Amino acid sequence: MSNPVLLALQNVRHSATAPASPEAHAIAHLFWWMLAVGGAIWLLVAATAIRSAFARRGAPGDDGLMRVSAETHTRLQRVVIGATVVTGVILMSFIVFDFSVGRALAAFPAQSLTVDVTGHQWWWQIEYEDPNPSLSVTTANEIHVPVGEPVQFKLASHDVIHSFWVPNMNGKRDLIPGYRSSIWFRADTPGVYRGQCAEFCGLQHAHMAFLVVAQPRAEFTRWLLQQRTSGATPVDSLAVAGQQVFMSGSCALCHTIGGTPAHGTVGPDLTHLASRLELAAGTAPNTRGYLGGWILNPQSMKPRTLMPPNPLQPRQLQALLAYLETLK
Amino acid sequence: MSAEHSGEHDALIPAPQPPLPARATLPDDLLASEHEHLDALWSDGRGFWAWVTTVNHKSIAKRYIVTAFLMFIAGGLEAGAMRLQLSHPDAGVMGPDRYNQIFTTHGTTMMFLFAVPMMTAMGLYFVPLLVGARNVAFPRLNAFGYWCYLVGVVFLYVSLALNMAPDAGWFSYVPLSGPQYSPGHRIDVWAQLVTFTEIAGLIGAINIIATTFKLRAPGMSLNRIPIFVWSELVVSFMIVFALPAVALGSTFMLGMDRTVSTQFFNPAEGGDALLWQHIFWFFGHPEVYIIFLPGMGMITEIVEVFSRRRVFGYTAIVLANITTGFFAFGLWVHHMFATPIPELGQSLFTAASMVIAIPTAVQIFCWIATLWTGRPRFTTALLFILGFFFTFINGGITGVMLASVAFDKQVHDTFFVVAHLHYVLLGGAVTPLFAAFYFWFPKVTGRMLSERLGKWNFWLFIIGVNVTFFPMHLLGLDGMPRRVYTYLRETGWGPLNALVSAGAVIIVTSVIVFLVNVAISYRRGALAGDNPWGSYGLEWATASPPANYNFLYPVVVRSRHPLWETAVELPVLTGLSTERREVLVTTTVDARPDHRHDDPTASIWPLALALCMAVLWIGSIFSPYVVLWALLISTPVLIMWSRQAMRVTTTERVQRPNGEMVEMAQA
Repeated sequence: MSNPVLLALQNVRHSATAPASPEAHAIAHLFWWMLAVGGAIWLLVAATAIRSAFARRGAPGDDGLMRVSAETHTRLQRVVIGATVVTGVILMSFIVFDFSVGRALAAFPAQSLTVDVTGHQWWWQIEYEDPNPSLSVTTANEIHVPVGEPVQFKLASHDVIHSFWVPNMNGKRDLIPGYRSSIWFRADTPGVYRGQCAEFCGLQHAHMAFLVVAQPRAEFTRWLLQQRTSGATPVDSLAVAGQQVFMSGSCALCHTIGGTPAHGTVGPDLTHLASRLELAAGTAPNTRGYLGGWILNPQSMKPRTLMPPNPLQPRQLQALLAYLETLK
Repeated sequence: MSAEHSGEHDALIPAPQPPLPARATLPDDLLASEHEHLDALWSDGRGFWAWVTTVNHKSIAKRYIVTAFLMFIAGGLEAGAMRLQLSHPDAGVMGPDRYNQIFTTHGTTMMFLFAVPMMTAMGLYFVPLLVGARNVAFPRLNAFGYWCYLVGVVFLYVSLALNMAPDAGWFSYVPLSGPQYSPGHRIDVWAQLVTFTEIAGLIGAINIIATTFKLRAPGMSLNRIPIFVWSELVVSFMIVFALPAVALGSTFMLGMDRTVSTQFFNPAEGGDALLWQHIFWFFGHPEVYIIFLPGMGMITEIVEVFSRRRVFGYTAIVLANITTGFFAFGLWVHHMFATPIPELGQSLFTAASMVIAIPTAVQIFCWIATLWTGRPRFTTALLFILGFFFTFINGGITGVMLASVAFDKQVHDTFFVVAHLHYVLLGGAVTPLFAAFYFWFPKVTGRMLSERLGKWNFWLFIIGVNVTFFPMHLLGLDGMPRRVYTYLRETGWGPLNALVSAGAVIIVTSVIVFLVNVAISYRRGALAGDNPWGSYGLEWATASPPANYNFLYPVVVRSRHPLWETAVELPVLTGLSTERREVLVTTTVDARPDHRHDDPTASIWPLALALCMAVLWIGSIFSPYVVLWALLISTPVLIMWSRQAMRVTTTERVQRPNGEMVEMAQA
């Protein structure tokens, strides 16, 4: 497996119980604690219930009713009231614990990198804001964050309700048309994490994932600077022909490539397509074979996706792939 | 609790033989002729015409129960299809379009066409018997309710066959379910299906409330009502408050957004997409308790009978039911923790969602106390109750965990929640329901279910539920979202999903064992007799199956456990007409005889009106003008229905009973 993309995708994580940020840590801590207490209660109550059923057995065939003495009744009353009070106290402790975690999660950092995330059926538009508009970056389905710095995500939806979720980093937040919402986290462990849409959003809800790449600040800055550049200008003749295919075919109607006339906004921005690890919102690795298959017939990989099939001649396809691979 | 203890507890003595019911008061030959006479009077006849016109609560409830169980099987088959598709990564059993229709139909079927109707139907069969009534309070309305429900059932499944089934989830969130993102008629089918089940649900609820309040046996004051009836009563009130919310949302707002271009939910035109979620969950959360509380009521009945003692904490259990009913309306936002609702507001719902665990805990503690000091008999029914403790408490504890906003945001909309809700609903509603089937089948059919097959049924079910749903917790924590039609191999979710699918096979086997048991026992089961379990309730004071008139005379009740009393025979009231159908109406609190009331005879108009409603609501999908036409054709039907109404209520008092019953007759 020498392909760097496949290599990078080997260790993609997506678990709420393997936290990689202080926020996910706090939630996981809360979870383990509630699980321990709840599990103990479950064992205790279930065991008591079973024990109670075997506590006293009538002689075979004896259907007589049980008489309960006044003392037994009083004792039962005490036990039941006591158990109820204990239940209340445990629940109260859950509430207090939850509130303290909730407060920590709700305290947005004053200074943070801000990323705009817009949900589309069925992909994610990612924008890095900058006061200077020419320095802002637009990409899709892949978010890079610097390790150790809080990052705030401003969420909006283009069509239906989606939900932004990276289990290793924090809980989820819905993207609801007509509402603005946000969430933040601070990645502490470098790595590649899988995030995905968690709210049912139609036919391809299953294939609406994204990656979070947490990397050291220097690497992140290098990536961001690279993303700020325009799309590469092709030099070799095959790639030049490929650019022709892109611009003259239907591709440019839906996609943008910075520095070219292609300014479509229906599909993901492809200015730096070749720098991304996955295709079609986490549907497949971004390798030449998958990319070619995707372009020819997206419907076979992701049925009912909004991208139509593109019946290109083999030569056209080879040229187009050569061009797209230059878009690092 | 103290009230329960002080008076009746000390009077309790062993009663190995259930006392004989009321008919022993007359010489045998006279009794037989009276029986024949009354049975004919209350019979709606035989044959097809009788079948479509009957207003007998038992006939209607039986077909309700059978239809709802068929829906349970249909929903289960849909679940099986989903598990086939998810059993391994990138499976090609079906595409996303079919999968979305199937998971939506599964949820819609289980919630709207199985669980709520089944619990209502159990109430419609047993509430009149448990309170000693001859019929439900509004028999024709009852028939109308069932026909509306049946229309809904047929409507959804015809749509599924026509590739027109809803595909936006049983919750139908806008804007996905709105006209822009769901063109065609699939979502309209959902919206109007909900309408049919709302009508049926409300009618069932009103009937149960009126029956419980006005048709109780003389002497069955509010503090002597069986706990199953209490739970059905609480649930009926919940239905009355909860279902209009979804009626407003789906029938009116979503329906109109889709058919006549109102913009309630369209943010681009000033509508609000989040509003739908509030309306839906204001209904949707109580719905869970509407399904769950009758199960709790069944458990109390069964624990009492099979632990051979009166339940510990009657008052506490009743109050717990009522408290749960109230709190259930204050939890709906916990389905919306991931939406942009202010944190402070969410905190309130966290607290409420945790606190609602207390009344449930109280009930569980009371049952354990009862079992502990009783002499449990290990019938299949009681085994299912023990299974309930295992499964339901698991779901209850994950429910408390999910009440935490922070944790919920991690696992919301993942398989963790799928696991939780199935533990709660299968553990908290289906397990008690199976117990109730084993408990009450002899009363309904006159024959016992096989205990041998019952044990197979039980073990397969409990093992199946745990193998199927426990791994889902882990999948959810590992990041697997709900409502996905497939997943990539790289996610590593394959092995656990295979295990889940294997578990589903075990559940299916268990249900097949149950069906076999029913099929065999219905014909060849041991004869049950009036009271096979030595139980205490009034339903056991009449024949199995009960005659058309339920009770020969209104039984007089002097305690919570009429058949466990010292008396050899139950006292009765006489004086109801034997020439026309009459029921005894009693006062709401003390159940003193108040007046006699005529009960209607068989009628075709409930079915006719249900068909008009079918034209109205199904037609409204295609053109709003159909509503006008349908109202026009319903008018003569309504007129015919009202012309057939029974005579005005008589106000004369019931004639004084003789002998010991004098104290009951002052009204």
